Amino acid sequence: MSTAIDLRLGIDVGGTNTDAVVLDRADGLVAKAKRPTTADVSGGIAAAVDAVLSAPGVEPSRVTHVMLGTTHATNAVLERRGLERVAVVRIGRPSTTSVPPLMMWPDDLRVAVSAGEAVIGGGLEFDGREIVPLDGDELRRFLDPLAGSVDGVALTSVFTSVSAEHELAAEAIVREVMGDDIHVSLSHEIGSVGLLERENATVLNAALRAVAVEVAGALGTALASHGLEPATFFAQNDGTLMALDYAVSHPMLTIGSGPANSLRGAAYLTGLRDAMVADVGGTSTDVGVLANGFPRESSAAVEIGGIRTNFRMPDLVAIAVGGGSVISDDGVGPRSVGYRLPDEALVFGGATPTLTDAAVAAGRAEIGTAPPQAHHASLMAGLERADGMLADAVDRVKTARGDRPLVVVGGGSVLVPDRLPGVSEVIRPPHHDVANAIGAAIAAVSGQIDRIYHVGESGRDALLAQAREEARDEAVRAGADPERVEIVELEELPLAYLTTPSVRMRVKAAGPLLS
Amino acid sequence: MRHNAAMRIDVDTLPALARGCSVLGAGGGGDTYVSVLACTHAMRECGPVDLVDLDDLPDDGLIMSCGGIGAPTVSIEKLGSEREGEWLRESLEEVTGRPVVAVMAAEIGGGNGIHPISWAARMRLPFVDADAMGRAFPEVQQQTMEIAGIDPSPCAMTDERGNRVVIRTADGHWLERLARAAAVEFGGTASSAEYPMTAAQARGATVRGSVSHALRIGRALEAPDDPVRALGEAIGAVLLLHGKLTDVERRVAGGFVRGSATVEGLEGHRGRLLQLEIQNENLVALEDGRPRAMVPDIITVLDAETGHAIHTERLRYGQRVSVVAFPCDPVWRTEAGLALAGPGAFGYEFGYVPVEELSA
Repeated sequence: MSTAIDLRLGIDVGGTNTDAVVLDRADGLVAKAKRPTTADVSGGIAAAVDAVLSAPGVEPSRVTHVMLGTTHATNAVLERRGLERVAVVRIGRPSTTSVPPLMMWPDDLRVAVSAGEAVIGGGLEFDGREIVPLDGDELRRFLDPLAGSVDGVALTSVFTSVSAEHELAAEAIVREVMGDDIHVSLSHEIGSVGLLERENATVLNAALRAVAVEVAGALGTALASHGLEPATFFAQNDGTLMALDYAVSHPMLTIGSGPANSLRGAAYLTGLRDAMVADVGGTSTDVGVLANGFPRESSAAVEIGGIRTNFRMPDLVAIAVGGGSVISDDGVGPRSVGYRLPDEALVFGGATPTLTDAAVAAGRAEIGTAPPQAHHASLMAGLERADGMLADAVDRVKTARGDRPLVVVGGGSVLVPDRLPGVSEVIRPPHHDVANAIGAAIAAVSGQIDRIYHVGESGRDALLAQAREEARDEAVRAGADPERVEIVELEELPLAYLTTPSVRMRVKAAGPLLS
Repeated sequence: MRHNAAMRIDVDTLPALARGCSVLGAGGGGDTYVSVLACTHAMRECGPVDLVDLDDLPDDGLIMSCGGIGAPTVSIEKLGSEREGEWLRESLEEVTGRPVVAVMAAEIGGGNGIHPISWAARMRLPFVDADAMGRAFPEVQQQTMEIAGIDPSPCAMTDERGNRVVIRTADGHWLERLARAAAVEFGGTASSAEYPMTAAQARGATVRGSVSHALRIGRALEAPDDPVRALGEAIGAVLLLHGKLTDVERRVAGGFVRGSATVEGLEGHRGRLLQLEIQNENLVALEDGRPRAMVPDIITVLDAETGHAIHTERLRYGQRVSVVAFPCDPVWRTEAGLALAGPGAFGYEFGYVPVEELSA
């Protein structure tokens, strides 16, 4: 995409609100809008996009790039909504049969997603040899009765990080049997070493295809109504961008983009590179850490809807405290009125006491009309409880003793008191309410490799150079400026207990969009 | 001495057992996650497994002491089949001419402490409440049977395709060399059974009760308010340092991952530094250049919050950890034990000092 950058439109589709911002070439905020997320996604996107594009100072035809971040895929998995039927194929027999595919999936999710599972002959050794040759006939026999009744096929081959040859050969067979229109998810494009986690992520990816198409379609329609066809990107879990057409076939990579965007947005809004960040939404609050301007990543396996994956996600402590959290005699949350806040909260004339009402009663915010005095005591008790949960979350993400600044962003940030234990200063940057959308708009483009290399005659330094080069190429292919791409992460993990030296390298390169 | 009344290992026992095996692994022995799933699958198909004491087995009954050998990174990608245990048994029975009466884990530490249970389930054989290390060690000959003078041969090896070899070697060191080379040809991991012995021999040549010991540790860490205190009460573990990992360095040398990790003290331990020396397992913990604990005693890095042991391959910058150490089985503190797996065996010049003395 060679369009010179002019205005950028950043959009964040959250569970409660859809936010949009327009940034100029110097990353200055030109316009922002916040609209309720709608059940069909498209209504919320259209409303937010319409609002910013009609704001003063915005000339819609100058919008050259659009970046969208969404938690839609995550929510679809959590709510088992809009998921497609997938034929699950693992290429690895006779290896791997000790743990069958989807073994630990919750029953309801497995029923919703899986049209059948097979472990077929094939897969590679860590050194690139075949475990056994790919058994194409076995694959055909499994697929034949499923043709016409599944939406997609997920293919996961052993040691695909060494070579994807068996996945690619199997894909050709899938297309032969099921036609060119079938969606095929290949594990080497989704996850890293760790068969079960990568397989889980690949199956979820195939199941989420329709959800991604829905969001992309809604965005396209909203933009088309303004006569726009800009270069379009989706935000990924690491806070960087991927091109729209790639995102549509790789929706799993958008999982976790919400928190990554809010952390990056907080860094941008405050200029801080090291701080704690609390993103307060309608239902929950995520507390994370900015380290050198990027989200600190979790080292633990990440579970999504009860399924273990090997994604790198921002290291967060999530608590069920948000603007819509319901206050009752039992305490506060986890129930939330969510996007119905404007109808149900006391300050808006509703009948449900929420944390937003408590914040107003405590004088932390001026919204609507003061809640009835009768509720005052229970509102204060709820707020005190929420403050305690927040202080605990802050303490848990902290890696050093001593007080540190806390940047507060998100629509529910009025809840956060000005003083918290362990916090040197509560910073509420201007435009904090649209930090996610800003985070999406300023994101860099990245490329990543995660492969096993054999340390042969060329030696380690040559391999390292090769791995860096490959990651850089990936980033440039995704749209990054070749002149400004940097290696942002490099991890080298030698394989133990082998007499032939092999090393697993994870390299990520990122750079700003080519302008 | 009877160590344990008859009990069963079922699907619900596995998570606690896995936690305990990880703590005993001293950072090694492989990840337990895949092994727990393999056992769960085997038990769903074949039922739970009886845990037996060696005293309850016939004197001349053949014990199959076994586990996986190879690269942990390979074993989370190329998982095993369901049949390796059977093939190992067939090979052993063929060359010894005697039936196997029970399965034993050669190494209680990490996934190797769990995985053989899946084989026992599939063969419907009991599982022995003992192992040959009481922890995890990097090399095949670092087993208590070596100290007891039991022949490591014949050693049976197999892969997931049913390729099988039987190795007879001059001694344990040769077995380590040849078995390691075979594992690479098998694809980076293999299953092996070595030091075949009778129940009568095993009674004096193993770490008795180590499975129930692991289970006790795992239960102590079920939902602890204070994991370090729970481990202190359960097994006499001492806290070396509570802090944050600030440096992790790894390199390959002679087929092993060697490296070091630095833990910077937090809270009450602020201002202190602990250096961990690693060869697949945590070997030595140094503070101000002086050892605080050393192999063969067990040094384990715990996640400060959950109390779960962190494998050496999963140590990462920024993790908040509590480093604990506790005594190894007494057999490793004998002259023969130290020659095989003491600091000298890993190339250190200093002599062994028990962790209790170092922290006294």
